[in-house]
Amino acid sequence: MQTSTLVLVLLILAAVAYRAGRMRSLALVGGLKGASKLHSRPGYYGLLTALWCAIPALLVLGLWHAFDGRIVTDLVIGGMSAEVQALTPDQLSLVLNDVRNLVAGAIPAEMASPEARAAAARYVELQSLSGLAAAALCLSLALAAGAFVWLRISPSLRARNNVETIVRVALIGCSTIAIFTTIGIVISVLFESIRFFRQVPVTEFLFGLQWSPQMAIRADQVGSSGAFGAVPLFTGTLLIAGIAMLVAVPVGLFAAIYLAEYARRRVRAVIKPMLEVLAGIPTVVYGFFAALVVGPLLRETGESLGLAVASESALAAGLVMGIMIIPFVSSLADDMITAVPQSMRDGSYGLGATQSETIRRVVFPAALPGIVGGVLLAISRAIGETMIVVMAAGLGANLTANPLEAVTTVTTQIVTLLVGDQEFDSPKTLAAFALGLVLFLATLSLNIIALQVVRRYREQYE
Amino acid sequence: MATVPSDMARRTGGSLPDGGVQLDRSESAHRTVGDITAKNPVLVCRSVNVFYGDKHAIRDVNLDIAHNQVISMIGPSGCGKSTFLRCLNRLNDTIPTAKVTGSISLDGQDIYDKRQDPVQLRARVGMVFQKPNPFPKSVYENVAYGPRIHGLAGDRTELDEIVQTSLQRAGLWAEVKDRLDAPGTALSGGQQQRLCIARTIAVNPEVILMDEPCSALDPIATARIEDLIDELQQNYAICIVTHSMQQAARVSQRTAYFHLGDLIEVGSTDQIFTNPRHKLTEDYITGRFG
Repeated sequence: MQTSTLVLVLLILAAVAYRAGRMRSLALVGGLKGASKLHSRPGYYGLLTALWCAIPALLVLGLWHAFDGRIVTDLVIGGMSAEVQALTPDQLSLVLNDVRNLVAGAIPAEMASPEARAAAARYVELQSLSGLAAAALCLSLALAAGAFVWLRISPSLRARNNVETIVRVALIGCSTIAIFTTIGIVISVLFESIRFFRQVPVTEFLFGLQWSPQMAIRADQVGSSGAFGAVPLFTGTLLIAGIAMLVAVPVGLFAAIYLAEYARRRVRAVIKPMLEVLAGIPTVVYGFFAALVVGPLLRETGESLGLAVASESALAAGLVMGIMIIPFVSSLADDMITAVPQSMRDGSYGLGATQSETIRRVVFPAALPGIVGGVLLAISRAIGETMIVVMAAGLGANLTANPLEAVTTVTTQIVTLLVGDQEFDSPKTLAAFALGLVLFLATLSLNIIALQVVRRYREQYE
Repeated sequence: MATVPSDMARRTGGSLPDGGVQLDRSESAHRTVGDITAKNPVLVCRSVNVFYGDKHAIRDVNLDIAHNQVISMIGPSGCGKSTFLRCLNRLNDTIPTAKVTGSISLDGQDIYDKRQDPVQLRARVGMVFQKPNPFPKSVYENVAYGPRIHGLAGDRTELDEIVQTSLQRAGLWAEVKDRLDAPGTALSGGQQQRLCIARTIAVNPEVILMDEPCSALDPIATARIEDLIDELQQNYAICIVTHSMQQAARVSQRTAYFHLGDLIEVGSTDQIFTNPRHKLTEDYITGRFG
């Protein structure tokens, strides 16, 4: 039986179980008139029966599908000749691929060896058997569990509480998915990084000044020594993030102060959404804006001033990234400034302070912790930003503080290391994971600090 | 002595402001019972009307406020007493939809005159709010805030002196002299309110407006503030808005009763509480509504 059909049948069974459970609960108390004698409303008895009918069966079905492929394969191999079983795992997987292709009809049967053909036939047979077994197991389980609950229905059964427990467990399950995904990603990055650090020492990676991740594939290759000192990447990242913050923090902050304190409601209603549109522009668009407009513009300006500006410069990437982050800073700062209670402003005005004195001496200091938190979040975004720097910052790992030169960043290098055909055990590829780990740790700690700062500030006025 | 130019009173008296805003009720504003004038007035209010958008919050109020005297403003919630108070230092200016007409003069100068800077005015008419609102700064900085922005102190010693005298006059010095660097928000509610009073008198105003200054405080802290008001009266004119009639009776010499934006009755506190002349005043102070 097809899995989709099976699921459909299970759902129909659940619907039937709902009706049966509801009817039975009502029948026990003599129809709708006696419904008040039930612990829960009749629908809950139906729901409880339906959930018990469907959930265990669906869970078993999922588990079955997770494991039946391997079991069937093992059985197929077990039925093949001794020579095949003696093959190395790599060669064995080739043979198995042949068998699977035969099953799928990807290669004509005449081209395969008789043994493969036999194995394929066996494979098909086992698969259909597995499907039938799954169907039988699931349906009987659904019926058994449904019947079990159906028989236990009595007016005193706490059906509503049971249903609510099941729903709560489901909600908890959904909320933990994000946590487990994060943990999974961290673990995989961590293990790949450890593999990298087995080949390249941690100290060389963190403190080395030379970044040139090209490894020699053959012994006679020249110019591909493979140097994994990530310091130029870190400085490049910090340089670009620094330029971005120099643009975003003052502009965003002043925009927020204007919007929160000075702007009339009608002006605010126009400007605030427009600033937020800036946040909606895809970063790739900012990227080519930086590469095609800002970069050349800076180079020409530099030339006319007698400065040597690389066409892919840290300045271009940083400026555009700063513009991208403006709405982020301004919207957070705006929230923080608006959160300062009006009584603070009244108190200051009541003492004869002007509006600008009030903003500078009362409102801004009061909002400062929150604003600092927002700026930290913005920095972590600037560090993690990829598209703009890939397109506008260049690839040369220059160790420089000159914003007019091309620099490269951690994110850019991760992209270049992983794009294209790669072996997954060369240090070149594994370096990307180590860089990812550093990036993750940096943004994670920034985010934690920022959230702490913001939270502490919020408590102040509650 | 201040007198309001009569033409100014006529200009705005009882009439609608331009823009054709409609009155909430068809009949014209109520005529206040009692003597609205006072000897030795510091603030003279004539035909004051306040509009919040379309809402006519204060109608044609005439009232004098005298030097070295406490006047309390009572009335049911929403009667406009706080709104009226906020007219006296033009704090209503910070509300975009608010519009004030009529004339209010401080020592003979119209405070709503175009040449009058509201910022300077507020230094002369200080305000204490319902909820203590110390700035998130140290006790010292809270009191020094006003003198600093107005440049009242030439150097640090002068500033220290102003801070100390203000805290002393607010009766807070003994409690905070060892922790002037502690945040003002860390004090108790009553201390915070006295800190706000110290902050207000540090700029040396002529009038102190108090908007329900004790409504967030416990009875002991309230008693301390009331004692303080008695002392401050020697140097300042004080207007206090209060919901507690006992408090009005305890601290004030004159009482004004507001009702739905009208000033119903003004008189000496004794007379208002023992022998109210208007039916609404009587109903309110005998607890029939409000």
